Amino acid sequence: MNEILPAHTIGAYVPMVDGPDKVSGRAKYTADLIAPSLLAGRILRSPYSHAEIIEVDISAALRLPGVKAIVTGADCDKTFGVLPIARSEHPLARDKVRYRGEPVAAVAAIDDATAKQALGLIKLKVKELPACYTSKQALAGGASIIHAHRPSNIERDVLFELGSVEQGFREADLVCEGNYDCAEVCQNQMEMHAAVAEYDPVRERMTVYASTQVPYYVHLMLAQILDMDMSRIRVIKPHVGGGFGCRTEALNVELIAALLARKAGGNVRLVTTREETFITHRGRPQTDIRLKLGMRKDGKITAVECECYQRGGAHSGYGIVTILYSGSMLYAIYDLHNVKYIGKRVLTNTPPCGAFRGHGTVDIRFAFESLLDEMASELKLDPLAVRRANYLSAPTFTDNDLMVNSYGLPQCVDWVEQASGWRERKRKPPRGNGSIRKGLGFACSHYISGASKPVNWTGEPHATVKIKLDFDGSIVVLSGAADIGQGSSTILVQTVAEVLGLDLSRIRIVTGDSEVVPKDNGSYSSRVTFMVGNAAIDAAQHLKRVLVEAAARKLEARPEEIECLGEVYRAGAQDKGLTFSEVVTEALKDSGTITVTGNYSTIPQSHGGKKYRGAAIGGTMGYSYSAQVVEVSVDEETGVVNVDKVWVAHDCGRALNRLTVEGQVQGSVWMGMGQAMSEETAYHDGLLVTANMLDYRVPTIQDSPPIEVSIIESNDPHGPFGAKEAGEGSLAAFLPALTNAIADAIGVRFNTLPVTPDRVFAALEKRRRAGNGDAAQANIRDV
Amino acid sequence: MARILELVLNGRRRVDAVPDNLLLLDYLREVVGLTGTKTGCDGGECGACTVLVDDRPRLSCLTLAAGVNGQHVDTVESLGQDGRLSAVQRGFHEKLGSQCGYCTPGFIMASAGLLRRNPRPSEDNIRAALGSNICRCTGYVKIIEAVKYAAELHAGGLAP
Repeated sequence: MNEILPAHTIGAYVPMVDGPDKVSGRAKYTADLIAPSLLAGRILRSPYSHAEIIEVDISAALRLPGVKAIVTGADCDKTFGVLPIARSEHPLARDKVRYRGEPVAAVAAIDDATAKQALGLIKLKVKELPACYTSKQALAGGASIIHAHRPSNIERDVLFELGSVEQGFREADLVCEGNYDCAEVCQNQMEMHAAVAEYDPVRERMTVYASTQVPYYVHLMLAQILDMDMSRIRVIKPHVGGGFGCRTEALNVELIAALLARKAGGNVRLVTTREETFITHRGRPQTDIRLKLGMRKDGKITAVECECYQRGGAHSGYGIVTILYSGSMLYAIYDLHNVKYIGKRVLTNTPPCGAFRGHGTVDIRFAFESLLDEMASELKLDPLAVRRANYLSAPTFTDNDLMVNSYGLPQCVDWVEQASGWRERKRKPPRGNGSIRKGLGFACSHYISGASKPVNWTGEPHATVKIKLDFDGSIVVLSGAADIGQGSSTILVQTVAEVLGLDLSRIRIVTGDSEVVPKDNGSYSSRVTFMVGNAAIDAAQHLKRVLVEAAARKLEARPEEIECLGEVYRAGAQDKGLTFSEVVTEALKDSGTITVTGNYSTIPQSHGGKKYRGAAIGGTMGYSYSAQVVEVSVDEETGVVNVDKVWVAHDCGRALNRLTVEGQVQGSVWMGMGQAMSEETAYHDGLLVTANMLDYRVPTIQDSPPIEVSIIESNDPHGPFGAKEAGEGSLAAFLPALTNAIADAIGVRFNTLPVTPDRVFAALEKRRRAGNGDAAQANIRDV
Repeated sequence: MARILELVLNGRRRVDAVPDNLLLLDYLREVVGLTGTKTGCDGGECGACTVLVDDRPRLSCLTLAAGVNGQHVDTVESLGQDGRLSAVQRGFHEKLGSQCGYCTPGFIMASAGLLRRNPRPSEDNIRAALGSNICRCTGYVKIIEAVKYAAELHAGGLAP
């Protein structure tokens, strides 16, 4: 007799539940919603970086046949923004434009050609103002003021000192300081921004389909911008073609589409171009960092002093949170005590930045791990030994009150050391051929599994999942979690199936429609697997209790005697038991269709501290850890750097799905590679000059290395089945691992990103001219 | 000006009157309603709109609809038989060559074109054939695995 076993997928390689739709072309994204009844929407954007609006004359455009509605700043005096304390942005500029490309008017017309033609008939009259394009310009005395309520052009000043850096530097054997300049980068997700807004003027209801990571925040902002009751709004998230953080807040695109639809009394489809998607931005800010570290001879860090300036762009967005993360996330990776952080989030006349993957942690980690490497070399220590001298010992709380329960960093470091052959290769460095020099670099990084305090604090549970079970024995998971390609729907189906011991085929999932699914805060800060996964487990456990009780009734046994084997429920091994559908029939007898709810709330100890203003930022239930070794070949004749191979170990607590964890880790590492080597949004007097995928240089398959992943499982005590995040934490380590590898290969250290062939070539030329051709002379700075 | 376009689209003969300046991409998506082919950029940057024209990969955003008169055009919707996934589709699904899925139809068509020309491609062949398609999710590692696996399935008799 075959033993009956519950079905089990946690920890296996499980293809995504929505994969067949994606590979067959059936998956519908917002721009795929094409219907003859839809009006075409188009946005007129400011050609000025900073100007007072004197007049937006739409009279000629309105006379164009086929134009159904035009909206300008005059149509909406409300502001939006993801942080309740920083809502200073209008969907269409009023009074002033603050960056080149800011929307000033929008048209809905019978077709796209008419809408485009109408844009050309709108006359914008302005008085130009001096503009600030860099943090330095914005902070200079007499600089033009971008927002009246921020007369110094600083969105947020952060200052804290925990312990005494003075004392810490006194205890150090070596004190080093470095300056780092990281270019602004953009998510450049494959799907361009799109929204379809359907207004029903009879019932005064609005339905918006949006390419968003956060349907709930879009819902809130639509209500605010339209001045409509929230109950009259419905938000639907179709398939979403990536986000990486640019869609973690309501964007002007969906708000403008809704304003147009209401004014036209109809349905509007607004799809932005790639150029407009770049301009809508919400990427990682250009960042200047000054970092000073104190270190003892054994590698122990004694003090950290960090000064960070972020060029945030024309509106706050997530900016206050970003500058706080950069400070708070100095912690929770190493055992640090005397730490001083000075952060300034600066307003400038450039497109607004946002929460790019690895939010707030990436550029700081680049600086930190670069300087550690430099100091290790100065002290003649192995870079790995320096990390090992500074490990945390979990469970613990950091000086800024971050709770660390599971800590797999030591295992990550051990694995990359072994897999890359670090020790042997450091003893006997591989030789290059001709002008090729080989190098190995190492670095670590970490990330949160969701912010423990959501930006919109309502007192509700952090996540809610519902499960419906009906007469047919099908189980439907209802969740507001936004699958944007990371695979959240697959994880939720797996967790529910695991608790019930059922095959995945019995579980369906419905997401992304506010009319049907429970509210969810959205897909950002790597919160979904941890928070929503735990809520899904809770819901499935409720359902299991109901089913066990029904089986007990039918089998005339006590519930604790019932064994749940997924498709069979029985009272002891000798019992033939009941099939799943028999249990369902019994369970439905009294109640009819069963709906259960599962909730998850973070524990107060994880909420971060109160030692400085904003200290809650950084608080999470669990930190992921990552270690990487990068091998490069540098061509000293051309400056071209090739990444030969990456070894990465990521502590995700427990891999619920090894396939998607590997995919997330590889994707993160690779995205870090883009930022490190080629990506940069460049402006000329505020005009974005890298507004396409050729000038904004994303690595192609030809540039991309093999990335070998090891999954480290530290089993977090609070994580769903022990899991923590997997989709962000490995991005940051790539950047310093690369520049450390280049320093190893050619003895030149790059503190300015991206490290393009031009920059490498220029640095090598400088060295050649200085007559210093000796590669052993390390620590030549590119700046 | 409009002209008559006669083509074999996904195995079916079709005749439409199309404006001279209509792109093949917009013809497929907006006239025919085949939205599997995606728009990912402002023209020729990303490869998301790749289709096969007489078995050769072509960027439908840089091709006039009228220009494929008399030719065979295959989109992602043409793949698979009897409702089952093709070798390339299975490769991308089972090996996670697709995450958000937006670039996927373009990658799948470029890969199908490769396997039709070269059923046993090397890794270099795969990299060369997919060099003008951008994916922002995977880092390409699993895309390469997906195409290798598809080639194995194809060798076992499954259509690409």
